[in-house]
Amino acid sequence: MIKKFVVGTFTDEKVLFPAVKNVRRAGYKIHDVYTPFPVHGLDHAMGLRETSLHTMGFIYGITGTAVAIGGMGWIFTTDWPLNIGGKPHFPLPAFIPIAFELTVLFSAVGMVWTFCWLCKMMPGVKKHHFSPRATDDAFVMVIECTEKNNESEIESFLESNGAIEINVQEAEDGWWFGRYDKEQKLYRTEPLEIE
Amino acid sequence: MSLLKYESQLREPLVDGDKNYHQVTEDIIGPIETKPTRLWWIGLSIAIALLIFGVYSVYREVVYGIGQWNLNRTVGWGWDITNFVWWIGIGHAGTLISAILLLFRQGWRTGVNRAAEAMTIFAVICAGQFPIFHMGRVWMGFFVMPYPNTRGPLWPNFNSALLWDVFAVSTYFTVSLLFWYTGLLPDFATIRDRAKTKFRKMFYGLASFGWTGSTKHWQRQESLALVLAGLATPLVLSVHTIVSFDFATSVIPGWHTTIFPPYFVAGAIFSGFAMVQSLLIITRKVLHLEDYITIGHIEAMNKVIVLTGSIVGCAYLSELFVAWYSQNTYEWWAFRENRVNIFSPYGWAYYGMMFCNVVSPQLFWSRKLRRNVLFTFFMAVLINVGMWFERFVIIVTSIYRDFLPSSWTTYYSPSIWEIGFYLGTFGLFFTCYFLFAKFFPVIAVAEIKHILKTSGENYKAKMTDLEKKDSEKFYIEEVEHAH
Repeated sequence: MIKKFVVGTFTDEKVLFPAVKNVRRAGYKIHDVYTPFPVHGLDHAMGLRETSLHTMGFIYGITGTAVAIGGMGWIFTTDWPLNIGGKPHFPLPAFIPIAFELTVLFSAVGMVWTFCWLCKMMPGVKKHHFSPRATDDAFVMVIECTEKNNESEIESFLESNGAIEINVQEAEDGWWFGRYDKEQKLYRTEPLEIE
Repeated sequence: MSLLKYESQLREPLVDGDKNYHQVTEDIIGPIETKPTRLWWIGLSIAIALLIFGVYSVYREVVYGIGQWNLNRTVGWGWDITNFVWWIGIGHAGTLISAILLLFRQGWRTGVNRAAEAMTIFAVICAGQFPIFHMGRVWMGFFVMPYPNTRGPLWPNFNSALLWDVFAVSTYFTVSLLFWYTGLLPDFATIRDRAKTKFRKMFYGLASFGWTGSTKHWQRQESLALVLAGLATPLVLSVHTIVSFDFATSVIPGWHTTIFPPYFVAGAIFSGFAMVQSLLIITRKVLHLEDYITIGHIEAMNKVIVLTGSIVGCAYLSELFVAWYSQNTYEWWAFRENRVNIFSPYGWAYYGMMFCNVVSPQLFWSRKLRRNVLFTFFMAVLINVGMWFERFVIIVTSIYRDFLPSSWTTYYSPSIWEIGFYLGTFGLFFTCYFLFAKFFPVIAVAEIKHILKTSGENYKAKMTDLEKKDSEKFYIEEVEHAH
């Protein structure tokens, strides 16, 4: 959906943190803060909840264990019981290495897949970039304009909070398939409707 | 918490020079955006030439069979498995640096982790070639995969250490690749956003998966990195443990020992760090990254080398002691006559190994030598030679004299195609590494920025005032508003 955003650029974390706090206190809706590296504590300052990606990792992991133990057990006891030197058909200690490896494999692959899914990332995905400096040396705070506030108000508010560069952008807030060497073409081209 | 930008003055800075965030981007991404140098082309050409020779050697092996190699009745595993274990051992440093040092919160990993992980991935690719082509009929290679098939179904033997290896190595490769690539995404986005050419915009645009740097994405990425590190840590240990099971679960004198898993893992880390050293010393020089891969980084890795080298030395000696103490005739004979006896056919390999791996790393107890780049490079090469000898000693000296003395007369030395295969993996490794060093950020840009304000030289210089501050005042001014 195409929306209107006010974009403020900060270059110092020490200015960014109080600014995030003030913006939230003033009741503006922070769309996102784009940073070139993980700024610890920013997620809490923005009021984001903890990610539960690691829980998914655990679920994928035990799936891997179950697949390994279940699969090997079924093969050796039911599908094709083979006498290997008179050893038991369900030798649990001998199953441990493969069970461990599959636990790690399922967990890692599953988590990375979930990570990409949640962040909407894959080759060929394009998103609107509010500032090229967000991946270089600046912290870019993006505030969404709603019917309750106007953009000049937000602009002056950001300025008083130490943003060194402020501008207003109309952009698609989701993702679409596109290439970065092509001009930005949104998949939806209806006229802008704000308010 | 987050704004507490203070680190003890006793710690050496991890980033030298007067840097800011933009300068970090310039320094690391800059070399990617220039034309490759002559030296790079020469290096790449040599690597590709080696690779072509390797491909031809493998082609001969595939077409004419394992007979192209000089393996014989007793020596069924020779250079191939020696090289496999050597490469896979080298492939252990990257994930150790990125995973274990992440869990231990070692700041210095940020300067070296990217290149080390890349090296890991390339080394594992090289390692994988050896068991695959040692199969002989390589087109039947998929038989190792358990899947419902029309041949019975014929399942692999899950009790076999060799099958565990298939799972261990392929899992290790996949997880290392994922770990490396998720770390690369933000840096690809950095290159993409400053790209001037059409090709770079397209290539890095695709490679960065549309990364924006959103706070939520960073939060997930950090959580992902931490869990992957937690998974990769036991994985690193398991992989070489399982490789050692290939030997330890057999009944061959010289192989059948319980000391193998820890001994192999220590040796793997030892050789891996040596390889990282030799690559990074060249990389930092060529790409002018001395500010990011400092003498401090090299010293830290040398400390790991001296530690793991000493563990390996202890393992050699306890193995020898136990061989004697066990009173097992065959075990002791294998050690006394096939290894320690310098006049035995492979005595030279045993003493080469002892010198390179046990004696020489002890020089690193000296701080001056640890901080000497040229000496470190020389030692790194020496250690890798020594670790190759170790694998050769373990494999060949244990099997070249079997239980039937009439088959002892054959002396195993590799054929040109065996050597060619080994050289070919060098070609593969360095081709990959040259391409990586040119087109990928060799240092994790985002991670350097993350530690810059705590560990950068110019920021640390400003901290002397902080140290003098009254602790209560310090808390109010620097810490409190972070919460």
